[in-house]
Amino acid sequence: MLKLNAFLAGLLFGVGLLLAGMANPTKVLAFLDVAGAWDPSLALVMVGAIATAIGPLTWARRQRKSVLGNPMQLPARKELDRRLVGGSLLFGVGWGIAGICPGPAVTILLTGHWQAIVFVLAMIAGMGLFTLLETRRNP
Amino acid sequence: MNVDWLNFTPWSSLAGGALIGLAASLFVVGNGRIAGISGLIGSLLQRNREGASEKALFILGLLAAPLLWGLFKALPPIEFQSGWSGLILAGLFVGLGTRYGSGCTSGHGVCGISRLSPRSMLATACFMLSGFCTVFVLRHLTGV
Repeated sequence: MLKLNAFLAGLLFGVGLLLAGMANPTKVLAFLDVAGAWDPSLALVMVGAIATAIGPLTWARRQRKSVLGNPMQLPARKELDRRLVGGSLLFGVGWGIAGICPGPAVTILLTGHWQAIVFVLAMIAGMGLFTLLETRRNP
Repeated sequence: MNVDWLNFTPWSSLAGGALIGLAASLFVVGNGRIAGISGLIGSLLQRNREGASEKALFILGLLAAPLLWGLFKALPPIEFQSGWSGLILAGLFVGLGTRYGSGCTSGHGVCGISRLSPRSMLATACFMLSGFCTVFVLRHLTGV
């Protein structure tokens, strides 16, 4: 059941991204281009997503176990540090260059666009670079 | 500010957002996990054994979504604005940045804000801000 639920959640997430317009880099860039012909649609994606997720996530914060018996694993960190800010700023620069963030990148990977494959390979390389730098810092 | 009403899709974006929120809820309520895509991929890449099959199946579900969609209707437009170099640079920044920042649009933007996490609110403000600034510089200052 855990595995089936995980697959269905991923499937639904991907369908949501496609329906929302998030899987189209041109639309994402039109949202980020506030000084040009601005398309505010993606703000509504956030509104719709947060409005539906806030109830279940509030419930989850008070639980020790998930409905299917896994331990509830919510991030425990609280510190507002330079890594969080620097990493997120860097992510935003990448997002602003191509209009692709990780969820949509995976969702469009098998739709026959070479650009999606190049982006995902570079993203994996970036994540690998993080692991490499981290193991050097804390061997 | 000049709103592009022609391409504004309030209803499908709201509905798509609601599905995204529902999927994130399903994953946290059922599996006790945050549906943060960069975190799931990063964990799989680091060969973290904990929950690897559940994480991989979530990613598999994402990959399968356009195939399922294609059974019923034509895929929505997927149009890129960048060439090789832009895609590679963007991918590197997104991969490195989301791992240092512990999350992306899904983990921080949707799940984190929904659980009222100050870290996620700060992270979301940061990547939105630098996203807006990057597009402004590329489109309106340098004209790339």
